[in-house]
Amino acid sequence: MYRIVAMQTLAPQTKLIEIYAPEIVAKAHAGQFVILRVDEEGERIPLTLADWKPEANTITLIFQEVGVSTIKLGSLNVNEELCDVVGPLGNPTDVRNYGTVVIVGGGVGIAPCLPITKAFKKTGSRVISIIGARNEKLLILEREMRCICDEVHISTDDGSKGHKGFVSDVLNILIKKGYSIDIVYAIGPSVMMRAIAETTRPHKIKTVVSLNPIMVDGMGMCGACRVSVGGKVKFACVDGPEFDAHQVDFDQLIKRQRAFLAEERTALEHWEKCRGN
Amino acid sequence: MEKKPKSKICKESVPMPKQKLEERIHNFNEVALGYTEEQAVAEAKRCLQCPEPKCAEGCPVDIDIQAFIKLIAERKFDEAIAKVKEKNSLPAICGRVCPQEEQCQNACVMGKVGDPVNIGRLERFVADYEMKKGAETPRKQAPTGKRVAVIGSGPAGLITAADLAKLGHEVVVFEALHKLGGVLTYGIPAFRMPKEIVQAEADYVRKLGVEIKLNALIGRLHTIPELLKNGFTAVFIGTGAGLPTFLGLPNESLGGIYSANEFLIRVNLMKSYAFPDYDTPIRVGEKVAVIGAGNVAMDSARCALRLGAKEVYIVYRRSRNEMPARAEEIENAEEEGIILKLLTNPTKFFGDEQGWVKQMECIKMRLGEPDQSGRRRPIPIESSEFIMNVDTVVIAIGRTPNPIIQRTTEGLQTTKRGTIIVDEETGQTSLEGVYAGGDIVTGEATVISAMGAGKRAARSIHDYLMNE
Ligand SMILES: Cc1cc2nc3c(=O)[nH]c(=O)nc-3n(C[C@H](O)[C@H](O)[C@H](O)COP(=O)(O)OP(=O)(O)OC[C@H]3O[C@@H](n4cnc5c(N)ncnc54)[C@H](O)[C@@H]3O)c2cc1C
Ligand SMILES: Cc1cc2nc3c(=O)[nH]c(=O)nc-3n(C[C@H](O)[C@H](O)[C@H](O)COP(=O)(O)OP(=O)(O)OC[C@H]3O[C@@H](n4cnc5c(N)ncnc54)[C@H](O)[C@@H]3O)c2cc1C
Ligand code: FES
Repeated sequence: MYRIVAMQTLAPQTKLIEIYAPEIVAKAHAGQFVILRVDEEGERIPLTLADWKPEANTITLIFQEVGVSTIKLGSLNVNEELCDVVGPLGNPTDVRNYGTVVIVGGGVGIAPCLPITKAFKKTGSRVISIIGARNEKLLILEREMRCICDEVHISTDDGSKGHKGFVSDVLNILIKKGYSIDIVYAIGPSVMMRAIAETTRPHKIKTVVSLNPIMVDGMGMCGACRVSVGGKVKFACVDGPEFDAHQVDFDQLIKRQRAFLAEERTALEHWEKCRGN
Repeated sequence: MEKKPKSKICKESVPMPKQKLEERIHNFNEVALGYTEEQAVAEAKRCLQCPEPKCAEGCPVDIDIQAFIKLIAERKFDEAIAKVKEKNSLPAICGRVCPQEEQCQNACVMGKVGDPVNIGRLERFVADYEMKKGAETPRKQAPTGKRVAVIGSGPAGLITAADLAKLGHEVVVFEALHKLGGVLTYGIPAFRMPKEIVQAEADYVRKLGVEIKLNALIGRLHTIPELLKNGFTAVFIGTGAGLPTFLGLPNESLGGIYSANEFLIRVNLMKSYAFPDYDTPIRVGEKVAVIGAGNVAMDSARCALRLGAKEVYIVYRRSRNEMPARAEEIENAEEEGIILKLLTNPTKFFGDEQGWVKQMECIKMRLGEPDQSGRRRPIPIESSEFIMNVDTVVIAIGRTPNPIIQRTTEGLQTTKRGTIIVDEETGQTSLEGVYAGGDIVTGEATVISAMGAGKRAARSIHDYLMNE
């Protein structure tokens, strides 16, 4: 079974979970994700690998409690077991020495940036990161990123830390300052990734995003995760999750991510009612 | 001249008792309830016990049909099920979903004078009889010490595993999903294939000593060369055809447009019919159009109805004669009020401001000359476009092979369609010690053909292991 080895609160509604999963650890690569189920009634929840520890045989996931499945996950305790964990899923990040890599993480999207950042650093690339959140309290993994990156830039929407504004603003400033950037990796909310794509497009800087459409099986069997990339239908779970940002139809992605909003509310209310009793 | 049938011949088969129509369209319980002992015996007695039976020739796994039917007629039910299980380890499944009308029953001589003997229902009867009693632990040969990895726990994988275990080999089944059974679990709805039946058949396979590892996506977690390096002497690939095909029409990404696989996985595997007690949502509106006319389409349409849709259409570009679904399922669907819109093909979709589908444009079709498949080719009738108001669309026009194994196994030869190439006799792939069978080789086919392929592969794997 998949025992929980650690559960920690990193920021409001943001938790880190470590799960005993030796087989997955042996195969994990930056950019990949797992799908887990909390219990028999549970949804299949895709979460990106934030870390893995061969010595402890554990994988680390960092997640935001946004709805019933992630809240349920966050309510578990150390030594409890998850019903299912499958992975690693998706294609690993294409890690090479590109020269200068800028890694942009927004909100909980900073978590999946961590292994990618480490991997790029190992290739000898110069790695600059831009991390941002709504406010200082929600900003996670700053210390970890500082340990790895050549430079770390910070933004918060309310200016409580770093630049006041969005990570895309900071990227724009760096570009204006004349930083020579060979590739940009961006992970975060879809609107943020779209903003980054629009920031780099005029400068023709290669930009990769990791997409998180709604998934069900996560292994290419349902098409729920279909996204339009360069006008072609791609399944994010097996063809991605990383794609060329300039080719992605973000509007479509955002609409599809909102497809079940009403049901998600119902599910949460139902769960809260059941818990109350 | 036709011989006059003897008076004891009963032309009509015993009808299958079914759940009441008004009730069944609101639940996911099994529709066909199965014969009682009396009904089974009466149906079995219709069999003429032909001196040269044709039925067995129609069976892809060579069940001695005549013999097991005779045993039912004699009320020797235990012996009857033993006879079936000599060839088929999963009869409760086959009895429910095989297209018998194209196979064994198609060859039945009784079909010339009336209804063919309903072999499928009799197979199901003895399988259910045994299940109620509790199946005996099957006999196994002495351990050979050889290990085989089976990838995929659909019918092909389960049968291969069972046959190899009976021969004394140690078998581990790797299944990517969190439940075993392949399409039987995630695709075919409970009202046609109760999930307890799949579990019970799988328990039989487990009793043979087969280990089943869930959540194990081969290609990612372990590759085939790694399995061969780490203690497995042979590998069987039974990964099926699950990759959905889309129409490629404008606005197909709108909310409310599901592939049949997404729709069925949500409903059957994730049990969203019991949402919000189960967490996975599904949204079905009032007017549902299912595109396609195979078993998958019928299952989707009947699920939509049970999820509360008011009108459910099957939209199909050819005519009734070409519909690929099992006859019984078309009949059930129509009985339940599913509306067939034949010679009709969708051309585009329109959505509302929230990005949810609200209309579908279709064009009328006519049939031309037969195409490569031998079926008459559908041709659009010019300027016959019209609009259907729909709020849910399910696309059930076919599935292609699951791709992960092919992408991660160097040297494994595949066709352009992505199916794995095998030697037809042995099931061996281009790699030594690696075999394949079922939908991953044929493209989407049937449960019984997947089982037939599994049985063939099991025999060759056994030869390979013993001569190794
Ligand atoms: C490849 C991938 C990697 C991801 N990695 C992370 C991660 O590392 N950390 C993290 O916090 N989140 C991650 N997510 C998002 C996470 O899966 C969703 O937040 C979670 O499933 C929400 O479920 P819920 O029931 O708690 O919320 P809900 O209330 O059900 O949904 C909230 C929102 O989450 C999204 N969502 C809902 N169901 C799914 C689903 N089955 N698959 C994907 N998105 C869904 C929808 O956009 C929805 O509007 C990832 C998603 C994908 C596809
Ligand atoms: C809705 C529906 C209704 C149908 N109705 C009928 C019917 O009435 N009668 C009939 O005869 N046929 C029917 N069929 C077709 C029939 O179900 C299939 O032909 C049959 O299941 C094929 O069996 P299989 O073992 O080859 O593959 P599958 O049943 O598809 O099983 C393959 C298994 O392999 C797993 N897998 C895939 N990739 C990997 C991997 N890399 N690692 C580990 N595991 C993996 C999958 O998760 C799956 O569980 C229907 C199909 C569908 C979808
Ligand atoms: S999540 Fe089902 S195909 Fe990608």
